[in-house]
Amino acid sequence: MSDEWNPKIQAIICNWCSYAGADLAGGARIQYPPDIRAVRVMCTGRIDMLFILKAFVDGADGVLVSGCHFGDCHYLEGNYKAAKRMFMIKALMKNIGLDDKRFRMTFVSASEGAKWAKVMEDVSSKIKELGPSPIKEFQV
Amino acid sequence: MAENSEARIGVFLCHCGTNIAGSMSIDEVVDYAKTLPYVAHADQYQYMCSTPGQKKIADAIKEHNLTGIVVAACSPRLHEPTFRTATKEGGLNPFRFEMANIREQNAWVHMHGMHDESTAKAKDQVRIAVAKAALLEDLIPKSVPVEHAAMVVGAGVGGMQAALDLASAGIKTYLIEAQPTIGGRMSQLDKTFPTLDCSQCILTPKMVDVGRHPNIELLTYHEVEKVEGYIGNFDITIRKKARGVLTPTEATAKGIVGGGCNGCGDCSGVCPVIKPNPFEMGMAPRKAIYIYHAQVMPLIYTVDFDACVKCGLCVEACGEKKAIDLEMVDEFRQVKVGTVVLATGFDLIPIEEKKEWGYKRFENVINSLEFERLICASGPTGGHLVRPSDGKTPKAVGIVLCAGSRDNTGGVAKAYCSRFCCMYSLKHAHQMYEKIPGCKVYLFYMDIRSFGKAYEEFYYRIQNEGAKFIRGRVANILEDSDTKNLHVFAEDTLLGRPVDIEVDLVILAAATEPKDGANVVRKKFGVSASQDGWMLEAHPKLNPCGTTTAGVFLAGVCQGPKDIPDTVAQAEGAASAASIPIHMGEVELEPYFAMCMEELCAGCGMCVNLCPYSALALVEKDGRTVMQVTEAKCKGCGTCGGFCPGGAIKMQHFTTPQIVNQIHQFLTGGE
Repeated sequence: MSDEWNPKIQAIICNWCSYAGADLAGGARIQYPPDIRAVRVMCTGRIDMLFILKAFVDGADGVLVSGCHFGDCHYLEGNYKAAKRMFMIKALMKNIGLDDKRFRMTFVSASEGAKWAKVMEDVSSKIKELGPSPIKEFQV
Repeated sequence: MAENSEARIGVFLCHCGTNIAGSMSIDEVVDYAKTLPYVAHADQYQYMCSTPGQKKIADAIKEHNLTGIVVAACSPRLHEPTFRTATKEGGLNPFRFEMANIREQNAWVHMHGMHDESTAKAKDQVRIAVAKAALLEDLIPKSVPVEHAAMVVGAGVGGMQAALDLASAGIKTYLIEAQPTIGGRMSQLDKTFPTLDCSQCILTPKMVDVGRHPNIELLTYHEVEKVEGYIGNFDITIRKKARGVLTPTEATAKGIVGGGCNGCGDCSGVCPVIKPNPFEMGMAPRKAIYIYHAQVMPLIYTVDFDACVKCGLCVEACGEKKAIDLEMVDEFRQVKVGTVVLATGFDLIPIEEKKEWGYKRFENVINSLEFERLICASGPTGGHLVRPSDGKTPKAVGIVLCAGSRDNTGGVAKAYCSRFCCMYSLKHAHQMYEKIPGCKVYLFYMDIRSFGKAYEEFYYRIQNEGAKFIRGRVANILEDSDTKNLHVFAEDTLLGRPVDIEVDLVILAAATEPKDGANVVRKKFGVSASQDGWMLEAHPKLNPCGTTTAGVFLAGVCQGPKDIPDTVAQAEGAASAASIPIHMGEVELEPYFAMCMEELCAGCGMCVNLCPYSALALVEKDGRTVMQVTEAKCKGCGTCGGFCPGGAIKMQHFTTPQIVNQIHQFLTGGE
């Protein structure tokens, strides 16, 4: 592996839409950058703000939350509730001086394999542009 | 971090032939897995899902006294059930299993020149999975009884077939249809390809069967209003749209003995309001109190309250039968069913938006359904094909195939193939030759897709009958304003030259799209949509009738364009799949329920409003207010657990310690 810096990006994605979309991208062999590691939850509504903050505290360079499109949630409205929390995360990040572009929420359906790959590319290049997370400097 | 010093994890890597092993170094990942905390055993095999592969898991559990299993292979959406069974066979609780998706989300998306990156990612994925596996707990799936009833939404040929199959298997079946009659699109067709059976002749016996079947409760002019519950126990509220007319049964229930609609049509005779009949594609009139056509099932008139002026002439004409109630309002009722089949069908796209073809601008440009009605013996012209502008018999006809299908220009155009237009256009050509001797038929096509049984032979037959096939997409259609004839401009790509053909009538084989309103039904049942808007099946090959909502199945064109044989076949498949849980009598639900940790619960009640299923409530317990979960209502989304300020809600199998450990191990572990 090359010595250049590779970002660590944490994704938390829902089982029904985005995880299925990511599987579809795999089935269709759509290539995308390998910087992102996904944790699966049943619904983005499950995502406690703690999880995202924990990822940043542990040194994540970026965090991605991805769920179903509005109106398409397998659990009716979990993604609306998740989205509301994600705005709070963004506000909090701004307050503590962490660039809120390091955090992103996207909506990728089970049929959008190509969109998932595009999201992976966008997130990866955005985080590479922002550079390593400043929180790493405070880690012991 | 959460610790579980007794965890002993077994890690198994799958080569999947070269699917995975071709993209990364499996040996390196196995060696790495052995260095991870809690990992007591790590192994690899060519196909973990095979019998020897599964046996490896069961054997290792006993040999190494394992408490958790990680398989790094394909997607858990594919093989999680397989490996859970293997875990169970080894003597562990099946939920002590976690999967690392190193195929769909690694090997297949980092293929060329990414060997090192792919191997590194697989190591991370295994580490994340081990982090979760170390904290997994025993879970017991909950069995719930299944209601011995089913619902079919949409009563076209697919929905009718599904309902007949379910009902014949001894299941009480509610067949919901938004229109006043069953039959759907097929009842509008004249003949069916390639056998040239009369569509009504083969459909009406089925319609009668549906109407007569003791296990089918036929609910025409009804819509699904609200869906609650889950597989085995759907509580569905249906809206009985105000029909304005009482059936004999309803009349008897109201004490009008011998009353109710008998389909005599006296009311329609006196009704002063005239509207276009949508069944005849607007080419014939109907009254404000109407039936679509003579063979409707059930034979009950319907009042169009948007058009009705409430003059009361129909009530007088109906007389002693007292069937008409002009003050009727929508009613609601709730039914409980175990499984549901959706068969909502299709519409043609609004082809007038492809302005170059002049539909709705030029009178003699019609779409294929209008042609079906014009050539049909029961249609507005009694089967005498005439052109709309002057009522003359057309002698030359142009048929434009792929009108809006296989078209990437955006707007109303669809990128997909609508699949049955080639064949019905060939049939239209044949019908022309049959009814109008000496006529000329030009088919403008891109490819002729005659894929089914005896379809290719039918294509040859039409060629031999003299149809002219011109391979090229029609660029433009212009009207001769004097004769109302049409000039079809296209490029004949086989001859490599432009053509301008004058015809009397143009038929556009317009693309199909999901039925207006299907999206609303789809969302009510929590079914996803494909990128092209059709309903999404659970797996395109191995589960084409199922959906991601357990207990909801798909039949017919609502899942993607299909001809009649395929629709009926899928309907029978969906009915069979939908009958399984009902005949089993009970289903197992995944035990991902929320659980209240009462010692942490402050009783604030924030979670109660968040739950989309009203599964949570506050109760008094030992002098404190705490939250209580009704497990039968909880679907395990975790929206409550994601918000609880006190961390008092435990989402089983997706607990906070498990997820936090996954994040922690990914970011702080590793080489």
